[in-house]
Amino acid sequence: MSLNPTGWRPELSPELTGAESGGQPTFTGNRALMLEEPLLFEIGSITTTGVDFPAIDPSAANRLGGLERAGPIGLPGLSEPETVRHYTRLSRQNYGIDLGAFPLGSCTMKHNPRLNEKVARLPGFADLHPLAPVSTVQGALAVIHQLGEWLKTLTGMPGVAMSPKAGAHGELCGLLAIRAALEARGDARAVVLVPTSAHGTNPATAAFCGYAVEEIPATAEGRADLAALQARLESDVAAVMITNPNTCGLFERDLGRIGELAHAAGAFLYCDGANFNAIVGRVRPGDLGVDAMHINLHKTFSTPHGGGGPGSGPVVFSEALAPFAPLPVIERDGQGYHLVEEETAGDHHASSFGRMVAFHGQMGMFTRALTYILSHGADGLAQVSGDAVLNANYILRSLEDVLDAPFAASGPCMHEALFSDKGFGEGLTTLDLAKSLIDEGYHPMTMYFPLVVHGAMLVEPTETESKPALDQLIGALRHLAERARAGDATMKQAPFFAPRRRLDETLAARKPVLVWEG
Amino acid sequence: MRYLPLNDADRAAMCAKIGVAAIDDLFVDVPAEARLTGPIEGLPPHATELAVERHMAALARRNLSAGDAPFFLGAGAYRHHIPASVDHLIQRGEFLTAYTPYQPEIAQGTLQMLFEFQTQVARLFGCDVANASMYDGSTACWEAISMARRITKRGRVQLSGGLHPHYVSVAQTMARFTGDVLDVAAPDLSAANDSEALIAAIDERTSCVVVQYPDILGRIGDLAALAVAAHAKGALLVAVVTEPVALGAIRSPGEMGADIVVGEGQAIGVGLQFGGPYLGLFATRKEYVRQMPGRLCGQTVDAEGRRGFVLTLSTREQHIRREKATSNICTNSGLCALAFSIHMSLLGEQGLRALALQNHALATAAADRLAQVPGVRVVNDHYFNEFTIELPTESRGVVRTLADRGILAGVPLGKLYPGHAALANGLVVAVTETTTAQDVEQLAVALAEVLS
Repeated sequence: MSLNPTGWRPELSPELTGAESGGQPTFTGNRALMLEEPLLFEIGSITTTGVDFPAIDPSAANRLGGLERAGPIGLPGLSEPETVRHYTRLSRQNYGIDLGAFPLGSCTMKHNPRLNEKVARLPGFADLHPLAPVSTVQGALAVIHQLGEWLKTLTGMPGVAMSPKAGAHGELCGLLAIRAALEARGDARAVVLVPTSAHGTNPATAAFCGYAVEEIPATAEGRADLAALQARLESDVAAVMITNPNTCGLFERDLGRIGELAHAAGAFLYCDGANFNAIVGRVRPGDLGVDAMHINLHKTFSTPHGGGGPGSGPVVFSEALAPFAPLPVIERDGQGYHLVEEETAGDHHASSFGRMVAFHGQMGMFTRALTYILSHGADGLAQVSGDAVLNANYILRSLEDVLDAPFAASGPCMHEALFSDKGFGEGLTTLDLAKSLIDEGYHPMTMYFPLVVHGAMLVEPTETESKPALDQLIGALRHLAERARAGDATMKQAPFFAPRRRLDETLAARKPVLVWEG
Repeated sequence: MRYLPLNDADRAAMCAKIGVAAIDDLFVDVPAEARLTGPIEGLPPHATELAVERHMAALARRNLSAGDAPFFLGAGAYRHHIPASVDHLIQRGEFLTAYTPYQPEIAQGTLQMLFEFQTQVARLFGCDVANASMYDGSTACWEAISMARRITKRGRVQLSGGLHPHYVSVAQTMARFTGDVLDVAAPDLSAANDSEALIAAIDERTSCVVVQYPDILGRIGDLAALAVAAHAKGALLVAVVTEPVALGAIRSPGEMGADIVVGEGQAIGVGLQFGGPYLGLFATRKEYVRQMPGRLCGQTVDAEGRRGFVLTLSTREQHIRREKATSNICTNSGLCALAFSIHMSLLGEQGLRALALQNHALATAAADRLAQVPGVRVVNDHYFNEFTIELPTESRGVVRTLADRGILAGVPLGKLYPGHAALANGLVVAVTETTTAQDVEQLAVALAEVLS
């Protein structure tokens, strides 16, 4: 049936134009589809449940040892319809890749294919216990093993550790292997060198492993200063941690040379692989002398970010570090797949630095990442990095006349384009442009990082944006850049149209309210 | 290729705008000798959605999933029924495809959920505050030990023999590099835990005592005396909960005096997933909040005075403090925290208690049935939904034989503690609401046959 067969169409009454009616407060505080949602603790009750249970046999034994709960816990429940509505309404206050471009630099917010989700939920993967007899989980071990083999292929590195839970955990894995390797040769070293442009996790990880951190400056063109690095590479340096492509969006041309110098000084080269999406299928880090590199499966290999995790950070190793990789290790022989754990490590993994996590790592991410690799294949992965780099350069060259691009002359960028706030009108900052971008319907770019550029704006479009989508994003950024250059002070108030205006972060930190106490 | 929107005309137009002839020219900074000229060798070419799904489904079929067998495994990972709405809701694209909520104006959904999650975890554990999650229980346990070192400025740790051996291994790995000294013991196959020995071992060098509750053998012990003894020497009590459903039935560690309570939240909403992703839970006292690792969500107001939420106290964290951060953790386990929080909202207090009582009732009935099998001894006097039985022979072989018959019988202590002959006959058996009476009967009958 067609709508309204009479042909009548509603007309706007002349007095009802947007401005007046839009300003009216509503009874609910809602604005049509923009819905306010109370806290669970304000709508739930401890006598409500959304789950049905069978009656308990009153004669059942009690063997709780006299430790039964006495008072209430304070956990409100909701019926199923209320639960679905609560979380659906909350979801609508979030921005996600599914809604539009999410050009958050160094985070690789690419489309998350739904086949990956479907595969990860197959009971044959999702409903397996990690301690089940290995004869009953051969397919799962095959997934982990195959993914590990292909990560080795893609990076040109002979060893892999699959258990690290996220990128920073992978960094920890790499540095622990380096420390174990140095200890094994009786060579205690105290210092890790990190470029000033590094992710914060790099120095934090090095410190977590007991190393002193020293910074290596960047050159004027945005790359690690090779001369400064060479001068500092003395016998107390355990490792050099380099991100490549780096956080200025540039390929570290001298990485091979840095590896040679590090090795000559008895140190190891750690590569932060957060930005591997730019080079996957085009260059293998192992060919540039890298000893260890973590790979964020939630970036390059499209597993969802989930509002802050879970991630997954497998680490690939050079020949020199592979023997020190953590347990468990998955091996294959004529009989099938085996888990090498503490019990059997002595046979040929005696140098392993040990276990980093209970069980075997992020299986749910492995199935997704393997599905992604199978979907793209060798040809598709090279196209992924090509299109990611093409999109970033298209943004860089489409905006460099209106936004300062400090390294625009340093060669093509890789997966992300870096801009600064130079040229903005009096009092206007990167934050103001970012918050204004929210009103344009986008998640902002990475702000104020890397630290080597004033008011940095790091834009990473990824390969999953179409040209029309990029053109619209570029149009929005041009518009905002022009407003910022013109000193449009209203930008300081943005966002105007988001579920919330700017939030008072100082208040949150000064008087922390971390749980509901209502 | 289905995930790549650009076509060749787009690419040509964009290359023209950039001023290069082809995409390959954008890779000039990669040393020529390292540049790959064709598709990388060793990977297959791209494949259709149907072909990939077939391939992965075939791999999945090579596994015996828990739902297809009588299933009794626990020991740090528990199989519970997850209401269908949980998985539906976590797949909302606005949750699934969001990032860490660095831009709070457009991340209130994630932030409010985290605030609710923190409150749920704090209440469940009997603590003042909880963080927005860690990677898993084992890494949360190590972070608690690190935090106790920062608070007490001491480096000696008493680990209970009842702590999951993988958690012990993780702590041992990390302690090699931090210099913490760990006192470790294996458990005894007895009903009593090692609280008395732990109390005797606490001294002025002790930073913390770490106990699991219920412990690896399923035993439940009162933590109050341990807390008093630890506090008397200026040490902290860290409690580890690997089965949070238990806290629907038994007292929380916080109310018994634990200073830091960490746990594995997988049992609520997340599922087995062959070991990950899981959900690290972390809660503590208010006065230690600035020593906590990980993300914290806090309440505030926006420019119009409306309530809103932000990530806060980030001066503890790596992206601000770099090498001086309390931890190097960045990503947490956000989507698993969401699953936990939704499942907990569905349960509510009433549902959680009912679920816990049902688990306990089924476990006691199963223990009674297995005790009738000749040669089987139930080790525990007290337990929640998991207990240990002692067989007249090594349990690993028995479990393998039962697996060949399609029964997933439990976790052999010989697998968890290789080389400990005194534990080799122990088998940890978990029973949840997903276990049927028929499952128990099948296990008991098969066990009797294998043992005879």
